[in-house]
Amino acid sequence: MAIFLTADSRILVQGITGSEGTKHARRMVASGASIVAGVTPGKGGASVDAGGGVTVPVYGSVGEAVAATGADVSVVFVPPRFAKAAVLETIDAGVPLCVVITEGIPVRDTAEFFQYAVNAGTTRLIGPNCPGLISPGKSNAGIIPGTIAGAGRIGLVSKSGTLTYQMMYELRDLGFSTAVGIGGDPIIGTTHIDCLAAFQDDSETDAIVMIGEIGGDAEERAAAYIGSHVTKPVVGYVAGFTAPEGKTMGHAGAIVSGSSGTAAAKQEALEAVGVRVGKTPSETARLLREVVASL
Amino acid sequence: MDLFEYQAKDLFAAHGVPTLPGEVAATPEQAREIAARLGGAVVVKAQVKTGGRGKAGGVKLASTPDEAQARARDILGMDIKGHTVHRVLIATASDIETEYYVSFLLDRSNRTYLAMASVEGGMEIEQLAVERPEALAKVGIDALVGVDAAKAAEIADAAGFGPDVRDQVVAILQQLWTVFTEEDATLVEVNPLVKTPDGRVVALDGKVTLDENAGFRHPGHADLVDRDAADPLEQRAKDKDLNYVKLHGAVGIIGNGAGLVMSTLDVVAYAGEEFGGVKPANFLDIGGGASAQVMADGLEIILSDPEVKSVFVNVFGGITACDAVANGIVQALDLLAGMGEPLTKPLVVRLDGNNADEGRRILAEAAHELAELVDTMDGAARRVAELAAAN
Repeated sequence: MAIFLTADSRILVQGITGSEGTKHARRMVASGASIVAGVTPGKGGASVDAGGGVTVPVYGSVGEAVAATGADVSVVFVPPRFAKAAVLETIDAGVPLCVVITEGIPVRDTAEFFQYAVNAGTTRLIGPNCPGLISPGKSNAGIIPGTIAGAGRIGLVSKSGTLTYQMMYELRDLGFSTAVGIGGDPIIGTTHIDCLAAFQDDSETDAIVMIGEIGGDAEERAAAYIGSHVTKPVVGYVAGFTAPEGKTMGHAGAIVSGSSGTAAAKQEALEAVGVRVGKTPSETARLLREVVASL
Repeated sequence: MDLFEYQAKDLFAAHGVPTLPGEVAATPEQAREIAARLGGAVVVKAQVKTGGRGKAGGVKLASTPDEAQARARDILGMDIKGHTVHRVLIATASDIETEYYVSFLLDRSNRTYLAMASVEGGMEIEQLAVERPEALAKVGIDALVGVDAAKAAEIADAAGFGPDVRDQVVAILQQLWTVFTEEDATLVEVNPLVKTPDGRVVALDGKVTLDENAGFRHPGHADLVDRDAADPLEQRAKDKDLNYVKLHGAVGIIGNGAGLVMSTLDVVAYAGEEFGGVKPANFLDIGGGASAQVMADGLEIILSDPEVKSVFVNVFGGITACDAVANGIVQALDLLAGMGEPLTKPLVVRLDGNNADEGRRILAEAAHELAELVDTMDGAARRVAELAAAN
């Protein structure tokens, strides 16, 4: 099963002719993903060598790519100023899953394409400003290195890319059903709650690691959701205890505003519903091991 | 990026929001000239990006240009909650009949925009929201529809604006919405919006936060950056496109990826408890690539921070494998020596992830006397805290 992304996923890469798009298309292919199409406006008819004997045809629009290849996942690598148009095009083409890797998209653009996706009701957005998701051994949509960890029965959801990699590395012997990097922007398409719900329903996931960070109240809301809906064990980690008030810590959404969005409040909310929260990534991995051992 | 009141006022004026005449002054003499030009009584207002300046003595009335000069002299240089006053706004004084509150902001929880409005303005809005939530109207906004006349009327009516001011408020809400969208703001707040004795509604104060990601649409926004306030190290880091935040501990931190660096700060502070409360000195994310030049630039900034006693380089080799990162670190130390800034403080490196063994071998071979390698993040944090406490 895994969540959102399976062995049958047919991936198209928007911005495939750019350096990042090409590089990561090759990495995705190398980690077993099926890349069926690329899209770059004005470059329809070209093709990209994605390595491993895979040549990916390039189309001028998402609509053409979907019609020709049946692509059902789009991974967006286009620069911030063109990202909104690229996502709207994906939604219009009815692609069920759109993974927006691009960092630095104005939040007004994200608010608009998020609302557009809600109105259309046919596309799940992941990101923006995220590393994407991987179902090891099945498929990989984004930039998460396919070599860190293999398939297993842990589900991972994280706002941060490198903490996703770190946690996958810590638990590489156990392996993952799916690891989802949901992104660190103020508005994101898929939340911790969406992933928790999907992992709860996934027969291939036994336990869940949830990684959060300062800013907003997504972790508090996730905690409330866990309390009422999630019966599988969840361990948590929250980054940013030492972050000063009013400073953006790398991710656009990682900011403590006044007394809201603090790491302490998030930890407290998670612990209140029985989620064990590690003080460091390694301690979090140890807690997860304890949980798995007791299943 | 938060703006000063006078900058917000300029944006308001550019989009037709009614404000009172006024100009910003950096010296008492300028304050006097502006007051003379405006004529009549003026208000001298400290320009600081924090609330409560009135209570701190940062807002004073002056009835003549001489008085404006004297009040500006009092206020300039004043410290308000850690913010030094470098400028004052000299604005025409006005009698106030009623104070209101209006704002537009990004609503992260609902992933859209929110309008807030109240006919009980003048107090801190957080306080109003807690003490009299029923007096604060909150109206969600569809990001694709925005605020038209009908939506503005809905907001005004939800807050209970009376017929004497409703039409003006409906117009002002639409103008403020134009500020919000056309300037790519994440907050536009007017507190207070006032009714003057002659029945006019004007914005008496303004708070605007701009989305820095939208900078490419607004070349003019770069001029709004307050270079006086930036920490000199933060300013230098920004000039080199480094994602750096100055803190006040003794352990310099470099890592790749915002989440991992935030986590590194926490882990160092946690380990530092054992060594008399050693804390991180900064946040510095050098991104996924961790190239030699960026690593050298980052180290150079951190080593020039006199508060730093030891440095922690914490890299997870994900997209860039550890051997490449290790080569980057070795080259960075050479680059630093070449820049006349050789490593003078102990450096702890933790390298994990893809090709970790090869990366560690490269670092061990390069064997800089002040650099040491620790295998785990927690162990490295403990060691670097120990070194900071010992130095």
